[in-house]
Formats: sequence, structure tokens, C-alpha cells
Amino acid sequence: MDFRWDLIVEYAPLFLKGTLLTIGLSVAGILIGAVLGLLIGLGKMMRKKLWALPFRWYINFFRGTPFMVQILLIHFAVVPAFLDTTNGILAAILALSLNSAAYVSEIFRAGIQSINRGQMEAARSLGMTHGQAMRYVILPQAFKRMIPPLGNEFIVLIKDSSLAALIAVPELMYWGRAMQGQYMRAWEPYLTATVIYLVLTLSLSSLLSLLEKRLATE
Amino acid sequence: MIEVKNLKKSFGTNEVLKDINVTVKPQEVVVVIGPSGSGKSTFLRCINMLETITGGHVFIDRTDLMDKKTDINKLRSEVGMVFQQFNLFPHKKVIENIMLAPMKVRKLSAETARVKGLELLRKVGLVDKAEAYPDSLSGGQKQRAAIARALAMEPSIMLFDEPTSALDPEMVGEVLEVMKQLAREGMTMVVVTHEMGFAKEVGDRVLFMDGGLIVEENTPKELFDNPQEERTKAFLSKVL
Ligand SMILES: Nc1ncnc2c1ncn2[C@@H]1O[C@H](COP(=O)(O)OP(=O)(O)OP(=O)(O)O)[C@@H](O)[C@H]1O
Ligand SMILES: [Mg+2]
Repeated sequence: MDFRWDLIVEYAPLFLKGTLLTIGLSVAGILIGAVLGLLIGLGKMMRKKLWALPFRWYINFFRGTPFMVQILLIHFAVVPAFLDTTNGILAAILALSLNSAAYVSEIFRAGIQSINRGQMEAARSLGMTHGQAMRYVILPQAFKRMIPPLGNEFIVLIKDSSLAALIAVPELMYWGRAMQGQYMRAWEPYLTATVIYLVLTLSLSSLLSLLEKRLATE
Repeated sequence: MIEVKNLKKSFGTNEVLKDINVTVKPQEVVVVIGPSGSGKSTFLRCINMLETITGGHVFIDRTDLMDKKTDINKLRSEVGMVFQQFNLFPHKKVIENIMLAPMKVRKLSAETARVKGLELLRKVGLVDKAEAYPDSLSGGQKQRAAIARALAMEPSIMLFDEPTSALDPEMVGEVLEVMKQLAREGMTMVVVTHEMGFAKEVGDRVLFMDGGLIVEENTPKELFDNPQEERTKAFLSKVL
């Protein structure tokens, strides 16, 4: 079997564009997901069980259904219901953000609950309000512990973003499939995509372990 | 100063404080002793509203803690608490531990809070550790820093929950010394401790708690040398 390097070279600019979009989708997803996830995590920790219920179900829904279902539902049903039109990139960012928010909220909750109860009590005994104790004492400590699992979630997001190809968002996987369609070849497009995904996820995880080492010595 | 009336506290069906009545006068040093699980920590924590009270009343400077109109945060800032496990904030330097509450609660400027913090560190003998992180301190140093942190809010009452129990024996003295100095300066103190020497030297009164009740109370000399209740005698024979 011959390996057609020339096809890869021909598609290189498109793969590059696709990779940039993949990165963009993942970064948007993790950033929006982190903010939403914090709010949802705080919501789920509310003492009033009834108020926490919608947040619990949000998390149940996004963790308990396949991402593929979520992205198709958002693209073909939710977005058109609000905008009267479809928009692949919007739907992909929405799906990735909402999905990662569910996981991030659990990361936040675990991080906050891993902080010794005595920290909150010491802060409260000094006259701080619950909010002040959270902001100045609990969250800064919890955040440090959240960095590794947040990094993992980021990696998952990069991989999940490949499903955006299903709704014709021209990211990395989309161009892989396009190349296969055009030339009826499988090795070249999918090996290229594999290598690029690996480079993205592996460099992210080595970045994370560097960061972890920096934080550990502090 | 502190008035506790018919205080009751249950965790679920477990009644931990049954009917506590105590009055602490200004500048008084009250030592609380008793076997493990007798409710000593719970009693202290109720005075500071770290536990919700199930029954009775606690008054701090005549303000009822149970009254919904009472500003609990303001009241808490006037009652300092020192914990067995120190509970210093590990992500902040010693001086920042001390400055945090005065800045955020009392709205002091950073400079004022720092000057005051350094003064307190001098008092507990830790100025040279101002810029250190808590994890690098010994147990005795941690507890002295924690005392300085509580004092930074200028409380009129200090509560101590077994402040020396987590320390190696050779570090107990340095912490007790700081507490004795506070007592001599006229601080109102409630101290849960089994340091009988401390109780005899600076305690005005000793309360012996058992099973969620104050079984006996007296001056340290009378209570230690001449206990009246059987349970007190049994407990003292074990710890003395
Ligand atoms: N948060 C809690 N939830 C449920 N039960 C609790 C809680 N805190 C304390 N208790 C129970 O209350 C009782 C009294 O506890 P407390 O800590 O006040 O005793 P103590 O006299 O301070 O004991 P020690 O000398 O061991 O510190 C114990 O039986 C304990 O199990
Ligand atoms: Mg205790």
C-alpha cells in the first residue's frame, strides 16, 4: 500500500484551520464551562435541598447522556427554537460549555469540600461572613487542588469537540472526513487527525504536570 | 460578660448539652475540664455560634445570640477563638493570616493592619516569622500565631479549645506563657484544658463537665484539692 503524502500536503492548510478551530472551541468551552460550573457547583451546595434540585438535575442530564445526543439536540432543536436558524459554531460552543460546566461543577464541589472544615470555622470565628470566608479562605485553597482535574476536563473537551464535525463545523475532524470523501482514502486523513489530536492533548498534559510541580513547591 | 442560661444542644437524637448555666464576669478566667465527649468543645462552639443552639439562651455583653436581630458576625468578631488544630490559613503568610480579618471585617487599611499585626507578633514572640508560611512553623509557633490572629480583632472575650493538646510536650510551655500573659492583662477567657498548672495559676474558677452537664464548679484550689462529687474525684484521679 502506498501512502499519499501529497494528499496530506494538499490538505495541510485546511487541517491547520481545522486545528485552530478545534483549539478555539475547546478553549471557549473550558472558559465558559468553568464560570458556569462554579455557579452550578455553588447552586448544588445550597443548604435548601429544593433550591439545589435544578442544579442536581442539570448535572444528571449532562453527565448521564452522550455528548453526541447533546450536541445534536442543541444544534437541531434548541438553537433553532431561539434563533430561527442554525449556527454550527454557536451550537458546538454551547454544547461543549454546558457539558463541561456539569463536570466542572463537580470538580469545584469536590475541591471546596476537600478543604478542612476548621478553615471555615476559623474564618467565621474572626467575624467574616460566609461569603468573605469563601472568597478569601476557602476558594483560593480549593482552586489549587482543582487545577489537575480541570486540566483533565480540558483534554476531554478537546476530544469531544471532534463531534462538532457531525453538525458541519469545520474543525479538525470535519476536514478529515472531507478528505476521505474526496479521495476515498482512510489512512491519510485519519492518521493526520490522530497525530494532531495527540500533539494537542499530550502538550496540554505536560504543561499541566509542569504547573502542578510549580504549585507543589510553593 | 457571658451569660449562658439553660443551654441545650442536640445532634439529632444525641443530647450533648443538657442544661448548662454559666456566668462569666469581665476579666474572669474560667477553665473547663471533663472527660472526652462530655461536651466541652460543643459548649465553647455554642458561645461563638459555630453550632446552632437547640434550647436556652447565650448572652454576650447582654446581647442575646438567639435573637434574630443580633448581628452574629459583629458579635463573633468580639469573641476570639483558638482551636486545638490551629486552623491557620495555609495559603497566607503569618502576617497575612493576622491582617485578613481586620482588613475585611473591620475595614482597616493594609498599613494599619500590618503595624498592628507586627505588634501582636512581637507580643507572642514571632516577629521574625511574619513572612513565613504556616507550614514552616512548629506546633507551638503555629498556636502562638493563631492566638495573635484572634487578638487582631481586639476581642473582649477569648475562647480556647484545648490549645495545647496537639503540641509536643516541649512546646506546651511557650503557648501557656502567652495565655498567662493575656490573663494577667485582664482578658476574659474560657479555656478548655487539662493543664492543671495553668488552671491553678491563672484560673479564677474551674468547671467540671460530664455527660453534657456542669457537675461541679469551684476555685481551682478547692476543686482540685477537695472535690465534692464522685465523678469529679474519679476524673481527677485519672488525670492528676
Ligand atoms: N458535628 C457533630 N455532629 C454530631 N455529633 C457531634 C458533633 N460534634 C460533636 N458531636 C458529639 O457530641 C459529643 C460531645 O462532643 P464534644 O466535642 O463537645 O466533646 P469534648 O468534651 O470536647 O470531647 P474531647 O475532650 O474529646 O474534645 C460527642 O459525643 C460527639 O460525638
Ligand atoms: Mg473537644
